[in-house]
Order: sequence, then C-alpha cells, then structure tokens
Amino acid sequence: MGAARINEAGLRRDERLERLKLFGLSSPAILLILVILVLPVGWLFYVSFIGADGSFSLENYERMLKRKSYARIFRTTFEVSFLTTGLCILIGYPLAYFISQLPNRLANLCLITVLLPFWTSLLVRTYAWLVLLQKQGLVNDWAISLGLWEEPVKMVHNMTGNLIGMVHIMLPFLILPVYGAMRAISRDYMKAASNLGAGPVRAFWTVFFPLSLPGLFAGSLMVFILCLGFFVTPAVLGGGKVIMVSMQIVSNIELFVNWGAASALGVVLLVMTFAILWVASRFLRLEQMTGGGGH
Amino acid sequence: MLRWLTSPATETQVTHGQRAWLYVFAVIVMVLLVVPTLIVVPMSFSDSQYLEFPPEVWSTRWYQHYFGSAEWMLATRTSFKVAFLTMIVATPVGVLAAYGLHASKIRFVRAAFVLMITPMMVPLVLVAIGAFYAYVQLKILYTITGLVLAHTVLALPLVVIVTGAALKSYDMAQEEAARSLGAPRWKAFLTVTLPQIRFAVITGALLAFLTSFDEVVVAMFISGGDNPTLTRNMFNALRDQIDPTIASISTIMVLVTTVMMLLAQLFGQKK
Repeated sequence: MGAARINEAGLRRDERLERLKLFGLSSPAILLILVILVLPVGWLFYVSFIGADGSFSLENYERMLKRKSYARIFRTTFEVSFLTTGLCILIGYPLAYFISQLPNRLANLCLITVLLPFWTSLLVRTYAWLVLLQKQGLVNDWAISLGLWEEPVKMVHNMTGNLIGMVHIMLPFLILPVYGAMRAISRDYMKAASNLGAGPVRAFWTVFFPLSLPGLFAGSLMVFILCLGFFVTPAVLGGGKVIMVSMQIVSNIELFVNWGAASALGVVLLVMTFAILWVASRFLRLEQMTGGGGH
Repeated sequence: MLRWLTSPATETQVTHGQRAWLYVFAVIVMVLLVVPTLIVVPMSFSDSQYLEFPPEVWSTRWYQHYFGSAEWMLATRTSFKVAFLTMIVATPVGVLAAYGLHASKIRFVRAAFVLMITPMMVPLVLVAIGAFYAYVQLKILYTITGLVLAHTVLALPLVVIVTGAALKSYDMAQEEAARSLGAPRWKAFLTVTLPQIRFAVITGALLAFLTSFDEVVVAMFISGGDNPTLTRNMFNALRDQIDPTIASISTIMVLVTTVMMLLAQLFGQKK
C-alpha cells in the first residue's frame, strides 16, 4: 500500500516536471518579450516619476493635468478613435454581412478585397491617400469634372484626410472578426424565426444581430485600441492639425528630448489601453479579438 | 434579371431587389478598399511630378531614381535582410512557444499566453522608445541585431496565434502514439506533429516577414546610421513633401506583399 502511494506521488511529480519542461519551450519567447518589451516599458514607468532635478516627483503628471494643450491632445485622441471605430462599424458591418451570405467561392473572392489592404503596408496606403486627396489629386480632379464642387477642396493635412485614411486602414480589423462570427451563425435560426412569424427586420434584429455581437464587439475593441496608439497615419495625413497622444510622445523625445514628459504620456496611454482591454476581457476572450490575424 | 430581383435572397424571404442597396453599398466599399491600395502601381509609372492617373506620359523615371540612389538601395537591403532574419528567428521561437503552451497544461499557461500577445496590444510608440532606450544601454542601436530582436517581438504574437490555432484542431494523441512506440518527444514532434501543422507554420513565417518589412514606428527610432529601413526613409520623405519616388517604392512593397499572399495561398492553405 505504502509503495503504491509513493509510486503515485512519484508519477505525479514526474508529470509535473514534464509539464514544466514543456512550458520551458516557451521560455525563449517569454525571455525576448521580457527583455525587449516589458523591462524597457517598466523603465519608462520609472522615468515618468522622475522630475527635472532627478528626484522622485509627480511633475510630469501634474503638467499633463495643468496644461490645456495636453487636454486637447487627449480629447483629439478619443475623438479620432471613437469616430474611426463608429465609421468602421457603419461601413464594415454591412459589408461583412453581405460577404457572409454569399456562397463559399464568391465569399472567398470578396474576402480578398478585405485581405489585400490588410496585408499591404499601412505606410503605402497612407501615402496613396495623400496622393489621392491632395489639391491636384485624383479625388479633386474627378469631383470637379463631375461638377460635385468647383474649387479644389482641401481634404488632406486635416481631420478629414486623417479620418479617411484611418478608416481605410482599420476596416479589415473590424470586418474579419465580424465576418467570422456571422459565418458561424446557422442559417436555420433565421428560417426558424421566419417560420415562427418574425418579419425580416425583426428576425434580423432579434436573432442574427445578437449572435453577431461577439464578433462586432471584438472587432470594434481591436480598432479602438489600435486607434488610441496610432501614429503613422495621423502624422502624415493630419498635417500637424491632428495631434494624437503617440505623436506628442514622439515629439517630446525627438524635439524636446524630454523623457520624463514622454514617459508619463506613454504610461497614461498604456494604462488606458490595458484598462479597456481588462474590462473587455471580462466579456470576451482575447483570442477572439485577434481572430482576424492571418486567416 | 427581373426574376432574380424578385426571388428570395434570404431565409426570411427578402428578395434580391429589396436589398439591392446592400449590393450596391458592398461593391462601393470593396472598390474603395482595393483601389487606394493598388492605385500607386499605375501612378508610379507617370512622368509627372503630380502622379497623374491615368498617366499622360508613361515613364520609369521614378524607378530609375530609386534604383540609382545608393541611399534607397541601402535601405532596401536592410529591410529585406531584417525581414528575412526576423522570419528565421520568430518562426521557431513562436512555434516552440505555441507548442509548449499547448502541451503543458499548467496554471501559468493563460498568463503566458496573455504575455505572448501583449506586443500586439502595447502602443507601438512605447515599444519604440522603450527599445530605443534599452538599445542605447546594450549598444545595439542602429544594428541589424537590434532591429531583428524588436521585430521578432512584434511578430511573435502572430506566429503563436496562428500556430496555436492549428494545434487546437490537431489531435495530440497522434504524437503520443509515436512516443509510445519509442520516439523521443522532439522526434515525435518533428516527424508527426510538425508536418500536420506546417500550413500554419508557413503562414506564421510569412506574416513574420511582412510584420518586419512593413513596420514603421519602431524602425523610426532604432534603425538608422548604416542600417536604415525602407519604411523609415519613406516616412521621413513623406513628412517633407510628396516625393514621387515613394510611389515606385510603394509599388515594390505592394509587389512583395502580393508575392507573400500568393505564397501563403500556395503553401499556407489546406487543400
């Protein structure tokens, strides 16, 4: 009896050891992320609490509260993020619905139109919008020749251009998870709703829409998070008129070499991002958010 | 045509005609998604400073300018080198991690997975300035090593997610069978498991390449000197003025993406 118990404990220990060894296979990845990402970001946390004189101080955070320019930057960041997410939902949801209702072959063909921009460098797409929207650009040329407006309209280096570019870049991040969720909805549900007497509108809103919500939620969250920390597109298409948090971080370092101010902004940005993710993770699995990645 | 319009399109008997608006809307959106992605291709062959479309005079002058510039060529070489090395490093590290997390069912797996995908969630600007500071201390600023390490961290989540998803639909009992027949674990993995998840591994590798090749913000801070990346130089050029040379470089980047997508279709997808 005693021997059997020792044996059992031994086996269990062996199994635990084996599991630990297997877990160890992920150690190179974990180590890399810790050294290249977590430690330096941790250092930024530390720097954000160091004042100009080198001692502990909250001046970097106080400055953020006091100066009006910082309030404006945060307002712009949230404005841009909400508008982009909202527009992506309005444009992306119907398209995802359209594609999800198509037969397989056609759906895959249409999905290419989503995947192609998804895979293409965002710098290239931002540049394309810059060229298209400029005063001598294609959009102005065509609009004038069609008689939509008479003078070339300034559509770039301002909020309009920035939003156009950002919506274009973020759309695939919304469409792919929504499409995934819609594809998983059995068509029998709609048939059942119809049989039970629901009209098309009621069947859609009470059956289809709620079932597609996890995908919509995941996609919108991904878009919103990415927007909060976005840099390239507003920097190029905003033309200095749209200043978002990450742009201020960059100029704090590039122009003013003020690591304290940059770090404090970064910490606030990071805490906001993770707070949103943390709240969201209580409603959905994080894996869902990234469901679009590469499929 | 009329019969098609009045035939039911959905389970709830909505006809095609009744939701023609959806079709029109969807087509417009799809066109708007693709056109700005591809329009730089014909435009790059324009002779004009303003990149007309369609070009009145076709020319390859912006390509000549690009291929004739030592600066752009240096950046192109750096970008390809870094992207290739990132793929070579991120793929095995990511696959090992995904396998380790999948096979060991200890308590920390969930936390480790969250850690693996944090590089996707942390704003890139923070990754960039953090790496910039760390690299100054480690003396690897503006080096290929530094770039590859940072890009590997950014590419890891994709490799882990894609490989992890494939492992979930893979039956580990096959590997156990191989092991019970005497194969050591590593051999069972290489000869039984890996061939079955190879599509995901290839997709992950291609994504890792593209992640690095297209990355701008981190490269802006930690590339430069002898090793500037293509995206870093492009971004700097864009901030100053609309240089038509960028159109030719963009075309080449679109070409690289397309090749990667085709490769993924060819090798990365189950038949």
